[in-house]
Order: sequence, then C-alpha cells, then structure tokens
Amino acid sequence: MENLLSIVTFIPLLGAVILALFLRGDDEAARGNAKWVALITTLTTFIFSLFILTGFDPADTGFQFVEEKAWILGLNYKMGVDGISVLFVMLTTFLMPLVILSCWNVSDRVKEYMIAFLVLETLMIGVFTALDLVLFYLFFEAGLIPMFLIIGIWGGQNRIYAAFKFFLYTFLGSVLMLVAIVAMYMDAGTTDIPTLLNHQFSSTPLDVLGFTVMGGMQALLWLAFFASFAVKMPMWPVHTWLPDAHVQAPTGGSVVLAAILLKMGGYGFLRFSLPMFPVASDLFTPLIMWLSVIAIVYTSLVALVQEDMKKLIAYSSVAHMGYVTMGTFAANQQGVDGAIFQMLSHGFISGALFLCVGVIYDRMHTREIAAYGGLVNRMPAYALIFMFFTMANVGLPGTSGFIGEFLTLLGTFHANTWAAAFAATGVILSAAYALWLYRRVVFGELIREALRTITDLTPREKLIFAPLVAMVLLIGVYPGLVTDITGPSVEKLVANYHEAVGTDGGAEPGAQAGAAAEH
Amino acid sequence: MTSDITTGMAILAPEITLAVYAMAALIFAVYSGKDRLTPMLTWLTAGVLAGLALWIGMRAPAAREAFNGAFIDDGFSRFARITILLAAASVLLIGQDYLARCRMMRFEYPILMALSVVGMMMMVSAGDLIALYMGLELQSLALYVLAAMNRDSVKSNEAGLKYFVLGALSSGLLLYGASLAYGFAGSTRFDVLIATVEDGHVPLGLLFGLVFILTGLAFKISAVPFHMWTPDVYEGAPTPVTAFFASAPKMAAMGLIARVLFDAFGNAVGDWSQILALLAVLSMLLGAIAAIAQKNIKRLMAYSSIAHMGFALMGLAAGGAEGVQAMLIYMVIYVTMNIGTFAFILSMKRDGRPVTEIAALNQYSRHAPLKALAVLILMFSLAGVPPMLGFFGKFYVLKAAVDAGLVWVAVIGVIASVIGAFYYLRIVYYMYFGEDAEALDTSMPFVQWLFLMAAAAAMLFGVVNLFGIEGLAQAAAAALVR
Repeated sequence: MENLLSIVTFIPLLGAVILALFLRGDDEAARGNAKWVALITTLTTFIFSLFILTGFDPADTGFQFVEEKAWILGLNYKMGVDGISVLFVMLTTFLMPLVILSCWNVSDRVKEYMIAFLVLETLMIGVFTALDLVLFYLFFEAGLIPMFLIIGIWGGQNRIYAAFKFFLYTFLGSVLMLVAIVAMYMDAGTTDIPTLLNHQFSSTPLDVLGFTVMGGMQALLWLAFFASFAVKMPMWPVHTWLPDAHVQAPTGGSVVLAAILLKMGGYGFLRFSLPMFPVASDLFTPLIMWLSVIAIVYTSLVALVQEDMKKLIAYSSVAHMGYVTMGTFAANQQGVDGAIFQMLSHGFISGALFLCVGVIYDRMHTREIAAYGGLVNRMPAYALIFMFFTMANVGLPGTSGFIGEFLTLLGTFHANTWAAAFAATGVILSAAYALWLYRRVVFGELIREALRTITDLTPREKLIFAPLVAMVLLIGVYPGLVTDITGPSVEKLVANYHEAVGTDGGAEPGAQAGAAAEH
Repeated sequence: MTSDITTGMAILAPEITLAVYAMAALIFAVYSGKDRLTPMLTWLTAGVLAGLALWIGMRAPAAREAFNGAFIDDGFSRFARITILLAAASVLLIGQDYLARCRMMRFEYPILMALSVVGMMMMVSAGDLIALYMGLELQSLALYVLAAMNRDSVKSNEAGLKYFVLGALSSGLLLYGASLAYGFAGSTRFDVLIATVEDGHVPLGLLFGLVFILTGLAFKISAVPFHMWTPDVYEGAPTPVTAFFASAPKMAAMGLIARVLFDAFGNAVGDWSQILALLAVLSMLLGAIAAIAQKNIKRLMAYSSIAHMGFALMGLAAGGAEGVQAMLIYMVIYVTMNIGTFAFILSMKRDGRPVTEIAALNQYSRHAPLKALAVLILMFSLAGVPPMLGFFGKFYVLKAAVDAGLVWVAVIGVIASVIGAFYYLRIVYYMYFGEDAEALDTSMPFVQWLFLMAAAAAMLFGVVNLFGIEGLAQAAAAALVR
C-alpha cells in the first residue's frame, strides 16, 4: 500500500464525514451509533497504523512511506515518516480509541463531540506525517479549531475564557512561525522538509533596527519557530494557557491535549529547530536549558499547592515537558532519545492520569482534592491503577517515566551539568506532589457522606486502563522497543547538528554557545 | 475614424449591453408594473450579469484597447470584471427575500445595481484618467442612492448622506490629483503618464498627483485613515446594500488602484509602495482592534472589511506581478466569504423582523446545526485559520510581502490577524457556547441557504487546488504588470 500514510491520516476524517452525513436524530440509539462509529473508526485507524510500524525499517534514516503530489503554489502534498515521527503517529492512533471509550458517558451533542475528536485525530496524525512545511502548518493550526470547540462546548464552568485563551495564545505563537515559513520558502525556494533539512540558512550576523543579531537569519527563524513551539509545548513562562485549558476541557479533551497536542511542540523542536537552524539552536541552548530548569522546579512547586486535581496534573505536565526541551537541546544521543522517550511515556502516563481524574469526576462531578479521601475503601481497583500511574509519573524504575527522565538527565549532564543538577531536584518534587495528591485522594478514612456510595471501576474503564498499563510497563522494562526505532534517525540528526555547529558529539556542545542573542 | 468607433464599440460590447439593458429595464418598469416587477427584474438582472460574466470569460484572450487607449480589455480587466459581475449577481439574489420582508422591493434597486456595475467594469478597464473618473462616479452615484434606499429609516438616510458627502470629497481629491498629473505629464492617458517617469525620476507635481489620486481611492476601499464612513454606512444601509458594498465595489476599487499604480505609475513603484504599506498596516490594525467592541454584526463586518482591505493592500504594496496575483486571489476569496456571510446575516430575523445584534445568535447551533456549521467555517476562514481558504489568501499575500522585503508589514499583519481572530471567534462563541436566549427564526429562503452553503463548502474544499484561480490570477497579473 503506497498510500498508507494518507490512508491512516484520513480514515478518521472519513469517519467524521460518515457521522455528519448519515447519522440523524438525537435519541439514545443515535448517540450509541455515533459512539460506535467513532470507536470503530479509531480502531481501524490503529490497525492500519500497525502496518506502518511493521513496514518501518529503523535502519533507514531517511523518510519512508513517502507520497508526493503537486499542490497549489508550487507546494507539494508530501507525506512520510522517519524514526523521529513514526512513534508519534503510533501514539496518536493508539490513544484515540481509548479517548473515545472514555467519552462513553457524554450525553450532550454526542455526534458533534465524536466528529470533533475524529477531525482532530486526522489533523494530529497529519502534523506528524507532513513533509511539506505549509502542509505541516496547515495541520498544526487547523487542530486549534476542533480543540477550541471541544473546550468551549463541552467544557466546565469557565470554559469560554479557557477556550479563547487557548486559541488566541497558540494562534499568536503560530502566526509568527507562518512568517518564518514564508521567509524560508523565499530563501530556499522550496517548502519540502527533506530538502530544507539539508539547506543551510545563513547565520552571518544581521542588522535589524540597529541591533546586531548574532546567528543572523537562522536566529530570527529559530525565534519565530520557538514562539510557536514554546507555547504549544508549553514552556515556562508561556505555559499559563495550559492549566486553564486542562481544567475546563472535558476528560477526553484533557487526555488528547496532554498526551498528543503537547507533543507537537517537542516534535517541532526536533524536526525543525534543531536540524534546520543548528547554529541558532546552539546559540540559544543555554536559554532553553534554564527555561526548562525553571519549568521543572517552579511548576513542580506550583503543583504542590494546587487544590484542583486536573490543575495539579497540568502543572506536572509542564514540568515533564521541561525534561523534553532540556533533552532535545542537549543535542546528544541520550538527550534526544530521552526526549522522544519522555514524550511517548508522558503521553501514556498523563493521559492515564487525566482518565483517572475523569473516573471520579464522572461519579462526583468535582475535581476538588478536598472533596475526596479514603477512596481505597470503596474503590480498590481504582486505587491500584491510580497508584500505578502516580508512581510512573514520579519516575519509578520499571515504568516508562523513569527511562525518559533518566535519559534526558543523562544527556543534559553531558551538555550542561548545572542544569542537570537543578533539574534532578524536580524528580524529588514530583514525588512530593504526586504522592501527596494520592494520599489525600485515596488514603485516609472515608468520611465524606457523598463518597459512601461511590462505585469501583466499570469493565469499560478497566478496558481503557489495561492497554495503558501494559504500554507503560512494556517500554519501561524494555526501552529498546522505542530506542531501536528512534536511534538511527536520532544519531543522524545529532551527527548533522554537530557537523553544522562544529563541535564533536561527545564533548560539551553547550560550551561554545554565546549567552546573548543581541547586544 | 468610423472603424475606430466600431471596433471600440465591439470591445465595449458587454458594458454597452449592460447599460442599454439598465436603461431599457428602467423605462419598461416605469411605464408598466413598477414595484410589482421587482422580483422579475431582480432575477433578470442577475441573469444578465451572470451571462455577461460568461461572455467576458469566453472572449479572445488577446489584450485590446478601445477609444485610443481609454478602455483596456486585457486579462486583468477580464478577471476583475468577472468577479464583479458574479458578486453583484449573487448579492442581488440573496437580498431579495430581505427586501420583500422589509417592503423595500423597489424596481430601481436592481437597475441601480446594474448601473453601478457598469461603472465598476469601466473602473477596472480604464486606461485614462478621464475614463477612470467616469467609471468611478457612475458606480459611486448609484451606490449613494442605494445606501439611502430605505427612505423611512433615519439611519439609512444618514448613511446615504454621509457616504455622499465623504464620497464627493474623495472624488474631489482624486480629481485634483488627476489634474496635477495631467498638468505635469501633458496627458491623461496612462501610457503617457508612465513614459513621463521612464528615467526613474518622478516630477514633484506628478508625485503630488499620485498621492491625491491614492487618497481618493483609499476612501473607496475604506483604508485607514480614510475609513470613517464605513461603519456608519454599513450599519445604516439596508443589509442587501451593505452586502453589495462589502463585495463588488471593493473588488472594483482594488482593481482600479492596481490599474492606476501599475499602468500609470509603474515606474515609480518605490514611491507608492511605502504609502500602500502604511495604509495596509493601519487598516489591518484598526480593523482588528476596533471590531472587538462591536455588538452589531453589520458594523463588525465593516471593520472586518477594513482589515481585509489592509491585507489586500499589503499584496499590492509588494509591487510586482506576484503581489497583484496575491491581491486578486485574496479579493476573490474575500468576496466569496463575504457573500456567504451576508447570505446568513440577511436571514437573521425574529418574527420576520431583521436582527443585527450579535448576541441574538445565542445557541444558534442548537436550533440550526448545519447553518451554524457553515457560518463557523466562514468565520474561521475570515480569521485566516487553515485549512480554510481564507488562510491561503493570507498566505499568498504574506509571500508576496516577504518576497518584496516588507517583512515588518507581514509581521504586523499576522499579529493583527490574531487580534482579529478574537471577534470572529466571538460569533462562534455566541452560536456554540452562548447561553440560551430567545431563538432566531431558523427558516431561510432557499437561495440564501444555497449561497451560504456554497461559500462554506468552497472555503473548505478549496484547499485541494483553490479551484484553479491561482493560474487565472497569475495570467491576469501578468497582463497588468509587464
């Protein structure tokens, strides 16, 4: 199948069209049908995506399954995956059926809800498979529309504020990237990503408004892309949209946001910033390092004092994404492998944690930590699952969380020892807030009247958690599953990077970096 | 001499046909059924306009001149005229139901519209300052009357008067500029004007002329700082007329600006490019910021059109064939979006009475999911969010601007578009997230429904290949920029 990537990308859209055209009425039967159509669609997508994984050759560092068709404006509709992107496609297709299952209790405008998620899935897969800069931008931006609607229509109390903040924040970040994309098109004469990866953008210092910009055009382009990806990631200090969006989004929305949408930022850094603007990346590495450290330490501290469960997990996401940016810009094999690993692992773990919150929110309709306590008495299975993912979030060896944090810290240690040292304190802090959350919610006496009748996990909920537990354990125990696939591509990326920057891979790449961008 | 006139007449045949049709229809209507004929006349006029568009589209592709170069029939003018004709025909059709409901079915409406279209066709084909002025005045006079068509409404009268006074002022400025240009170049013909600055040196008087002409034209496209009339006129005029203002005349004025700048001042690009860049930046920013506080959807669309004109100007400011192509693509997309949006605005009513409050859209998606979805697509397209067509309009313009070194304009433009996204999202917000309120009527005449859906579908499916307008616009731009 030579159109495999297009098939995988557009099956969900097809499902959405079928839902929109052929499903009428709003009674119980119609709602059930909508859910089933969505579930079958996402499962089909997952099955097709397995063919990508089985057909993928890790030793080949180029792009595979490439499709190319002429489009407007000299642009191409070009798709393909390499070792960096293929696992993100898998993550998306793997999680979406679980997300749909987790929405089984939604009763308001079910059909529209399912359509929104299916459209979103197409756009998310598209981001990871697009090999044309404009096509990438198209998928990247268009994802805002369904997410805006998911938060705004099915969200909580303060959903409108959150939806607007989410949209405008991320939109502002990305439009600057659009200008940069246009500038790159002008400079290189193409928006073809494989070609651009080999294109050298000028890094001779440039005069802008009387300032001399070190790193020249590369630095400006890097900053424009940074604006977009840092917001998406999100990095401190532009993370403030995330807690709002997470808290207000419905459970399914939170899962998608944390598990997949945030990864687009990290993917962007790996796909564009690092390989296309190596000189600028080198220049800005200290900035990224320290922003990441602040993110890890500061947001962990903020997470400690949260009273809302979702907000706590949201801040913990920001902290965990800090490891990703740190590992990425450490620009060595362990760091970049670790960044990808951490993103995948965080996709499973944070997704599962939001689902855990969703389980009790569905029953009690509150996310206040104080409203719970002693759940272990009534919900032993839930307590077990929640415990597992809390531990994974903390980074317990044997779970995937450990591998991700360890590899990124190791990589960073080579590049910037002090940053690694400070970031390591985040591991302790994450244990503090995660375990404390767990204690307050699950342990203790069950004293609240409302909780006396709470029921344990239903078979459907167990079905959702089972694959997540399996994955977290599997790649936690045998990380080679991931690193064997990412390894060769990352090796090439790192080698190209150091060739362009003029350092050798093992030694400290950050040592030569100038601290200031402008002076 | 005779043959000159006959060939000229042949080239102008579509314009002459339309003018004769308008006159004949007027006489016919006056002496027979008057207002009772309006529905028939509306359909007939729309049919004539669409037929003319087809005719112009099928004519020989070679560029021709008539009446000593006063009228140019080239690829650019054909592209612009077809857009204008189709836009006018669409607006006629979608406005019918509204006029009938508000008892404004006057037979003069389609006829005045046809006459203003003759003016617009003249504008985009002008090869001479006199022809330009003639076309401009013909379209403006018809529009002044249309704005004040609702005689019983104070606001409509105010709109007509405001538009007339400010329009007359801008015509005066333009005329003054034209006379300066004539004084320093010795001719009103564009090919003589362009030869005057052949060596790159622009006489000071000619430069003044250029500035005044641009000022006059900036009024017509409501570019900041010459935009003050727009919100009041948009709000006051009957909604079908507002829909018309927001579509065909904008295309005509943009086409005219491109025509004058490239045909007459094509050797002084550096001089006018910076003026346009400034107009573009101001329009984009003001359009985006001032619309935030609007509660009336017509006023909101007025500011929206100001912002969009800013973007189109950015394309022109780039000053090359690529910029003109970007502008044309942008305008076609803009006009399509606006016709779709106004088809919806025209259908907003409660108990048969027109409503223009944005807040009245509360929870519209529950009452009419399909229409709400179409409006949602149009709003995201207006905001320039991919994959809607509106994004590609912006992309072409940005590309032209960055290529011409106007990166700062491009950056301000995209930031303005983020600010602008807020108010388009507000409409989505009312329709989808708002609180339950007294519902609007969900009935919608088939014609409006059709245009709304067609525009929305075009925005969505255009991503495949832009319906081929890319190549057409390129050919049109190549005809203008030599």
